[in-house]
Amino acid sequence: MPEKRILLKNCGKIDPGDISSYEAEGGFKALEKARGMSPEEVIAEVKASGLRGRGGAGFPCGAKWELARKAQGEEKFLICNADEGEVGTFKDRYLLQHDPFSLMEGMAIAGYAIGAKKGYIYLRAEYHYLIERLTKSISQCKEKGYLDDLDLEIQEGAGAYICGEESALMNSIEGKRGEARYRPPFPPTSGLFKKPTIINNVETLVNVPHIILNGFDWYRQLGTDESKGTKLFCVSGDVQRPGVYEMELGCELKELVVEMAGAEDVKWVQVGGSTGAIIPLEMLERVLSYETTLGSGAVMVFDQSRDVVDFVYRTMEFLNEESCGKCTPCREGTEVMVEILGRLVNGEGVAGDMEVLQALSDTMKLSSLCGLGQTAPVPMLDALKYFRGDFENRISQSVFLRSLKTVNG
Amino acid sequence: MERDQLLGMIKEEQEKGGHISERAMSGIAQTLQLPIGDVYGVTTFYSFLSTKPLGRHVIRICKSVPCFLQDGVMMAAAIEKELGVSPGETTSDGRFTFELTNCIGACDQVPAMLIDDEVYGDLTPEKIGEILNSFD
Repeated sequence: MPEKRILLKNCGKIDPGDISSYEAEGGFKALEKARGMSPEEVIAEVKASGLRGRGGAGFPCGAKWELARKAQGEEKFLICNADEGEVGTFKDRYLLQHDPFSLMEGMAIAGYAIGAKKGYIYLRAEYHYLIERLTKSISQCKEKGYLDDLDLEIQEGAGAYICGEESALMNSIEGKRGEARYRPPFPPTSGLFKKPTIINNVETLVNVPHIILNGFDWYRQLGTDESKGTKLFCVSGDVQRPGVYEMELGCELKELVVEMAGAEDVKWVQVGGSTGAIIPLEMLERVLSYETTLGSGAVMVFDQSRDVVDFVYRTMEFLNEESCGKCTPCREGTEVMVEILGRLVNGEGVAGDMEVLQALSDTMKLSSLCGLGQTAPVPMLDALKYFRGDFENRISQSVFLRSLKTVNG
Repeated sequence: MERDQLLGMIKEEQEKGGHISERAMSGIAQTLQLPIGDVYGVTTFYSFLSTKPLGRHVIRICKSVPCFLQDGVMMAAAIEKELGVSPGETTSDGRFTFELTNCIGACDQVPAMLIDDEVYGDLTPEKIGEILNSFD
């Protein structure tokens, strides 16, 4: 399966600072078509396409829009989640840099469909350098009348991974600490300022114009039964050609990392970001889809020289730093995991460490408030499953090191 | 003035004063009719906001996995050597504050760092020296 450039078709081709170059490539034709349809028809089209959220959770987009459309109340909000904080993910940045107008068109259509008059682009502080480009795109869209029905504003974050989680993101826009909220209520019924709210990832929204313009039948031909369309993958780590690759869903991991990105001597690949699954070399023929493994689209490749215990420690350190601290299982669980993994890394492991990690993981998965805590143990559990020997070695080395100290002391 | 202005006001204060002082926090709290603890809570939640004075330029070296795999640690060491400060510290001349940060979304140009709002990728210790020299 070669690369399939649909979302990326304009990247490198148009001038991202000039709306007319986007229009010359057929830009805003989808919005024109959508405005000729009823909002319900637009939602039906997106629903029938099978488009699912590209931020990682994979919730059916059309169904979410329908909930917001039907929700009570005049005031509704549309939020584009451009808080791309997931480790190893840079596809949204790529889209915003090279084709910001596609996002504006997707948002204009989404706003029309759900009945939102106010829209936000929540941009992470690390991407501050994109503000000028986005502001310029918005003003060009306004001049041309493409945003007549949607007042679009850029809201900037201030450095917090958790704000990519939708409820934390809304708290951040409301001027609060970016802590996750209890759910229900869910955002389509009660979200930002307790009003019906739709939050979609940049990539999800960029899919929308293509669906409207070409129809759901066309879109459904791409992908697998449960995963329609293409996906942007961000390949990084031990590869010769890191970058953003657009592939039809259902492509093989091996094709992506070995043939396209040029990985050699692979030991494992982490798919989906810091809380993503670990795929060892033996399973490299794994298909990438919502049914199997997907997440945010981050694909980090590790070669044979890498140590899995070091990697898991570093990942857990990240999650511990970025835990919002609101719920105990995540706040304390990541803390204890960092402590245990740190001991293993430093040759101070003890028998029983693996069992404690396992038990703690089960608790965190079951009882954490949001996706961060629920999925934080995933890479560690996978590492324990596929590379148990590496952990056992660390423990026996620790025991050996201590025995030397006893002899000498 | 509403509560949703808070984060913007804090950021503005940081841009103006280089950091968010206690005096600034209490001023914002009064303007928005909020407990000062709320202002402090928000300020200290976000990693790009600082209650300590920052240097004229803030260097943020990415320490996340893709950069780490490509000698990110060596780049942090190069900056330490060049400036004589450890992560979290500011040079005595007030020129740079040096921090470690989590993924900045530049994993296709590792190792990478942010200086103020600008990304510098494909770093080497030599390149870092040149880049730092270009700042006042």
